[in-house]
Amino acid sequence: MADLSHDDVRHIAKLARLNLSDEEVEKFSKELTSILKYVDKLQEVDTKGVEPTAQVTGLTNAFREDRVSESDATPEELLACSPLPIVEKQIQTSSAHG
Amino acid sequence: MGNTLTIAEAHEKLRKKEISCSELVQSCLDRIDSVDGSINAVIGRNFERALEKAKKVDSKGEFNHPLTGIPYLAKDVYCEKDVPTTACSNVLRKKDYKPPFDSTTIKRLNAVGAISIGKSNTDEFTMGASTETSCYGPTRCPWDPTRVAGGSSGGSAAATAADECVFAIGTDTGGSIRQPAGFCGCTGIRVTYGRTSRYGVMSMASSLDTIGPLCKNIEDIAIVLEAIAGKDPLDATTSDMPVPKYREALTGDIKGMKLGMPKEYFIDGMHEDTEAAVRETKKVFESLGATVEEISLPHTEYATPTYYIICPSEVSSNMARYDGIRYGHTVEDAEDLIDYYRKTRSSGFGPEVKRRIMIGTYALSAGYFDAYYRQAQKVRTLIKRDCEEAFKKVDAIIAPVSPTPAFTVGAHEDDPVAMYLEDIFLDTQVMAGIPALSVPCGFSKENLPIGLQIMGPQWQEERILKIAHAYEQSTKWHTRKPALGS
Repeated sequence: MADLSHDDVRHIAKLARLNLSDEEVEKFSKELTSILKYVDKLQEVDTKGVEPTAQVTGLTNAFREDRVSESDATPEELLACSPLPIVEKQIQTSSAHG
Repeated sequence: MGNTLTIAEAHEKLRKKEISCSELVQSCLDRIDSVDGSINAVIGRNFERALEKAKKVDSKGEFNHPLTGIPYLAKDVYCEKDVPTTACSNVLRKKDYKPPFDSTTIKRLNAVGAISIGKSNTDEFTMGASTETSCYGPTRCPWDPTRVAGGSSGGSAAATAADECVFAIGTDTGGSIRQPAGFCGCTGIRVTYGRTSRYGVMSMASSLDTIGPLCKNIEDIAIVLEAIAGKDPLDATTSDMPVPKYREALTGDIKGMKLGMPKEYFIDGMHEDTEAAVRETKKVFESLGATVEEISLPHTEYATPTYYIICPSEVSSNMARYDGIRYGHTVEDAEDLIDYYRKTRSSGFGPEVKRRIMIGTYALSAGYFDAYYRQAQKVRTLIKRDCEEAFKKVDAIIAPVSPTPAFTVGAHEDDPVAMYLEDIFLDTQVMAGIPALSVPCGFSKENLPIGLQIMGPQWQEERILKIAHAYEQSTKWHTRKPALGS
């Protein structure tokens, strides 16, 4: 496992929608490299023919009837949680296109 | 004072009218006022509302359920209608997010008349093992405030141990109930995945998160668990497995039970007092008619690396919702929508959350998915099999909770991997989806609590509670109290 370069860290941050200062890039490239080195231990385990586990108790699809039910919160209460202006029951954000 | 009582004791006094609910609630609020300055366990206070509720309970005067009128604290990730709930993160604290709904657990506790008195401190979005990543600052161990309370449910554990509440609720994703319970000398249980509802509790890693109580003894754990466990239509991963009457299992009779002590849980570098205290439990169990044999869980050393791939991967997905649009804080100077996302998230999240988001983003990105996430899920299968094999031979597994007692505040400040290694005895249970609890089993020379971990097969909370109760009643370690404020 190679060390994560500053550019790698900047690229990951971009994918994760985070801005990092130069000091953060420096700090995270060291820290993330040490974490990846640690988890790299898993590569030594032979998992040939082993099925992956995603749901641990064996639960399969949980179906319910498709009908409208009451919610505890009203649309107005949910909209009131937003820090942005509400216009005609919609949240007004910055433009997606600059 | 009422605040020092267990649930069962307080219920008895309320029922006999030896104490009023208002007095009981007030005694917890007074205790918070007098000692929380030293431990920083309580970061949100619903005092007025709690006293109003207490008055109503008193005027009704009916105490049919053991939790009616009992004051509790909820970890700051449990949504509670109109009560600021911030996950101890600036992302939600800056505008004090007030959820317009209750989490299922809060709803169930309300339904039986328990009284929420405030919010307890946690690592930011539950990411940490010391409550030091909280935007409100660290919670300190009531036994020695230069040390951490553990985490992430450090506030819930410290408050319970310091008698600031009668009980508390927390979450355990990778040890976040068991480890702080061990560090603070109270009891706490991680349930089988899906035994309790996650609805309305802010998610960290959805395939690993569990919610559960922290209490002053095992009987209280049984009482709370019985009230909150069971199928919830709002959390599709809850099981419709019937919820046993846990208290009925607490007979003290564990004769003939077979317990296994895994050799992989006694490692170089562990505190000698921790090792001695945990090994000493063998004698207690044998005197109760149980047998203790050495067993092996061969993939133990891979549990924590597995956790630190699966957890951050799920974190990177779950944290995507904190985009400054539907809730949370905002920035004024964004050029466009992408810039807005970046600026709100970067200024709101602390370093550990950023680290986990980035590790997860990397592990799930094109070209790395099979090497990291898929491989971790396969190792998870092997860890789960280890436990299944062990439970063919023994009824339950006993082991230390942590390799050492509480460490000093700041000890792992610049070393995230050292902090992750605090979880080494706590992640096998998570990967296998099995229940495990922490019960006090002694003290170190520095007078710090040591926790014993008891694990059972999936859905066997009843069995581990029975074993822990028999142990606790014959040792009484749980009755020792920290000298804080006295």
